[in-house]
Amino acid sequence: MGRKSLPATHLGATLRAMAAEQSDQLRKLAIVPAYNEEGMVAKVVRDILSADPTFDVVVVDDGSTDRTIAEAQATDATVIRLPFNVGIGGAMQTGFKFALNNDYDVAVQVDGDGQHKTEYLPELLAALNTEGQADMVCGSRFLEDPGYKVPIGRRIGNLIFSVVLTLIVRQRITDPTSGFRMTNRRGIELFARDYPHDYPEVEAILMLNAHRLRIHEVPVRMNARGFGRSSIDYPRSAYYMAKVLLAIFVGLTRRRPVPVDDPPDTPGGESVAPGAVAGASADPAAQGGGS
Amino acid sequence: MTILAAEGGIDTRVQLVAIVVTILLFGLVIELVRRRRLVERYALLWMSAALALFILAIWRDLLEIGSDFLGIAVPANALFLVAFAVIFVLLLHFSVATSRLGDETKILAQEVARLDEQQRRLRANLNGDGAGPAQPEREEPAPSSARTSDQ
Repeated sequence: MGRKSLPATHLGATLRAMAAEQSDQLRKLAIVPAYNEEGMVAKVVRDILSADPTFDVVVVDDGSTDRTIAEAQATDATVIRLPFNVGIGGAMQTGFKFALNNDYDVAVQVDGDGQHKTEYLPELLAALNTEGQADMVCGSRFLEDPGYKVPIGRRIGNLIFSVVLTLIVRQRITDPTSGFRMTNRRGIELFARDYPHDYPEVEAILMLNAHRLRIHEVPVRMNARGFGRSSIDYPRSAYYMAKVLLAIFVGLTRRRPVPVDDPPDTPGGESVAPGAVAGASADPAAQGGGS
Repeated sequence: MTILAAEGGIDTRVQLVAIVVTILLFGLVIELVRRRRLVERYALLWMSAALALFILAIWRDLLEIGSDFLGIAVPANALFLVAFAVIFVLLLHFSVATSRLGDETKILAQEVARLDEQQRRLRANLNGDGAGPAQPEREEPAPSSARTSDQ
């Protein structure tokens, strides 16, 4: 709420210089959803902090039954413990709410299983800033060589979603199931208010689109998922496809994907400095309309 | 209204009604999802039920084929049997889901109570008397997070 507009001296600067300067002042948060990741979570946190120490890290423990919490607490990360398993969507939304409440300007998802390579964080951040046009930057495995062998089933599912989304969004989306994403304040506000329940990645793109937030993809490589359970195996992938396709098509018939409308002039991320004051005063009303 | 005239007529009329009803059911489910009153998971369940009824309404022989296969003389009885079985499984599933919700509510209540107590103690410490340096905050163990993973 107390976000101040940027000093006037910035107005004359070029966009790029402004972005570079800003990125030092931005409050940045890495959200690490973790469910039974005792072996990986501490390493993920360390990797994030070594890739970019200006990030704060919050680990959202999704009701793990192993030592995930203890491992996370041994690091510099803030740990949020959900009392039971709510699924990846609920866990991520917890992170976005944390980001909103603590006035973060940038939030990035880094999965607790170590699939996302933290060395790409600076690139995502640079794209979020310099593109100037992107409210969310997605790390895409399929813009270039993915760096590991993506199972064929996943590739096909990904292709179907990719085609459908590209048609709806009218913009090429190569990796709609990638969770490696960074979003600005506008995305944080949107997702804190409403985020899909399970298998949220595809729907989240549609939500952004419906709210006229812009998406940009950046090529990344990912680590093959470690041994053991992949969260999506065969019986579940059918449900995955059906659920997401249903959500997509029902979503198309909704006028607004979120029950609550945008407050009239939300302080629009970093770009709209003059509107910030008016936006702040409109805030209480927006909060009141929450139910 | 002679029986003869009704012979073909009622059959198609019933069929028509069945088709309309299943389509309405289908539409209702989608509308509920659209209004966010129903999550996709259950929507898929009901949509497949509606689809099954729809197929039965269109392809009338299917019921007879099915009842022959089950060895039931009267096709209607086969329908009742299957419908009963499906409903039974559904209800069981909902009982499981309700139990899980109850479990989760209990855990939430306990967490709220714990936080409330902690909050009071901290506030009491803060409001002077500093007398009782109540034991320092220690990390609470995770609530024995009942295996309530959804799905």
